[in-house]
Amino acid sequence: MVNLLWRSTIGKKAVMAVSGLVMLLYLVAHMLGNLKIFFGPDDFNGYAHWLRTIGEPALGYEWTLWVVRVVLLAAVVLHIVAAYQLSRRDIAARPVGYAHRGASRLRMTFATRTMRWGGVILGLFIVWHILDLTTLTVNPHAEPGHPYENVVASFSTWYGNTIYIAAMLALGLHIRHGFAAAARSLGVTSARLAAGLRVTANGLALVLTAGFLAVPLAVMTGVVS
Amino acid sequence: MNAPHSTSDRTQPGATDDAETTDGAAHGTTDGAAHGATDGMELTLRIWRQPGPEEQGAMTTYRVTGISPDMSFLDMLDTLNERLIAEGDEPVAFDHDCREGICGACGMVINGQAHGPQPTTTCQLHMRHFDDGDTIDVEPWRAAAFPVIRDLVVDRGALDRVIGAGGYITAPTGSAPEAHATAVPKPAADTAFAHAECIGCGACVAACPNGAAMLFTAAKVVHLGVLPQGAPERESRVLDMVTAMDDEGFGGCTQVGACATACPKGIPFESISDMNREYLRAVRKGGRG
Ligand code: HEM
Ligand code: SF4
Ligand code: FES
Repeated sequence: MVNLLWRSTIGKKAVMAVSGLVMLLYLVAHMLGNLKIFFGPDDFNGYAHWLRTIGEPALGYEWTLWVVRVVLLAAVVLHIVAAYQLSRRDIAARPVGYAHRGASRLRMTFATRTMRWGGVILGLFIVWHILDLTTLTVNPHAEPGHPYENVVASFSTWYGNTIYIAAMLALGLHIRHGFAAAARSLGVTSARLAAGLRVTANGLALVLTAGFLAVPLAVMTGVVS
Repeated sequence: MNAPHSTSDRTQPGATDDAETTDGAAHGTTDGAAHGATDGMELTLRIWRQPGPEEQGAMTTYRVTGISPDMSFLDMLDTLNERLIAEGDEPVAFDHDCREGICGACGMVINGQAHGPQPTTTCQLHMRHFDDGDTIDVEPWRAAAFPVIRDLVVDRGALDRVIGAGGYITAPTGSAPEAHATAVPKPAADTAFAHAECIGCGACVAACPNGAAMLFTAAKVVHLGVLPQGAPERESRVLDMVTAMDDEGFGGCTQVGACATACPKGIPFESISDMNREYLRAVRKGGRG
């Protein structure tokens, strides 16, 4: 079964779809959590602390958090490896392009065309993001247990904002194509559903991008400081 | 076009492009409505010429004149080839058979589109869809799984091998079965008929940026999968055909949709999701059916 999933183009695409949807689910929760920043430092820092105590006393400190981290890491790794391998395959399957250059060439939406490079941007962003706000390696404030102050410090730098805003725009595009694509990869058809899926994909892309962007914009405009 | 021009075209083909271009420009402003019905269209063709599978190829420019809008694209190529043969040149090799849009042999990419600007086969594409004076690029199907044999002819054997891997049903041969022995629900019959229309032309592969044969394979998987006659091999069919499809070096689906746009038989894009669902269902059922 693992073989049938990982060794075939269709199976591997299903793995990509599921891992992508897992990340998407996480991102919805993550975005909503981020909005707590508008309630002030105490609320936000308290929320961050609560994340570490979920399930207590049945579970230990940070157990839930680590489960989520392991699942996300698995999803990211599967998603990237599958994307890389399938992309290599797709490029090898069309070694010679068409000489014709003109208006009638392949029409793809911008979101479809940017899945690969947009994905690479997201991958690099994930690394940056962890170094910035989880390990605090590159954070200008870098005070453990004080995420509010760390976030404000990060979004007070031009590079922090530039990287974040670019990545969130890439995320919106990735979801716009990816959500409906995942449904098709998993065999969800029917014309009636298709229209709904497109609307959901665009809605999710818009809400996530706007929700994530609200935080740096609030810091830049002084709403959050 | 006018008589002196066609004469010069016949006596100085191909290589004398420069002289012809000047000639064309000189009278192009004056002839207006005078040509057409009587003299036909004049076209510049850029055609991929490649002497053999291992040899280098190149886009080569030709002029054709006297093309009637009622000709098919293949008739137009025949016109060119008659001239090339008369001049002692090698004719352009292209595949064709039925010339009525049902065999799928006549694949070529015209101006970047599989089978050209109309949703039909090249043999059913009429020259009225082009304008006098047009330059038309003609190229073979491009995919790793479709090696070029010569000029516009590619080897589409990979598609046959995908069919061979599972595109059949097991039924006793001999006398025809009684028509009412196996009832087929009307919607299933409609779906099966719509997908049985695939002629194996390979336009879907040619149009796909990943050289994927997903639409082709899906057409057969859905066609047989919805029928009671296809039920016994429902799981093994999709698993074996997809394995063969991957083994032949076709790419995967990135949900671009170019295949369904190019398909002359209107195989719907959703069929690919149907095949994905069939594949994942077969995997859940533990492989072999
Ligand atoms: C970590 C870096 C990432 C890379 C390198 C990456 C790359 C890709 C690539 C190449 C595709 C296939 C595009 C296509 O088929 O044309 C894809 C699809 C997808 N991605 Fe990502 N991506 C990344 C992150 C994400 C994230 C954070 C999400 C969460 C929202 C996500 C969700 C999806 C979904 C749902 C699909 C559709 C899968 C399918 O076609 O079935 N990806 N990704
Ligand atoms: S699916 Fe359509 S384009 Fe592809 S081989 Fe069949 S008829 Fe041709
Ligand atoms: S020659 Fe048979 S389909 Fe065109």
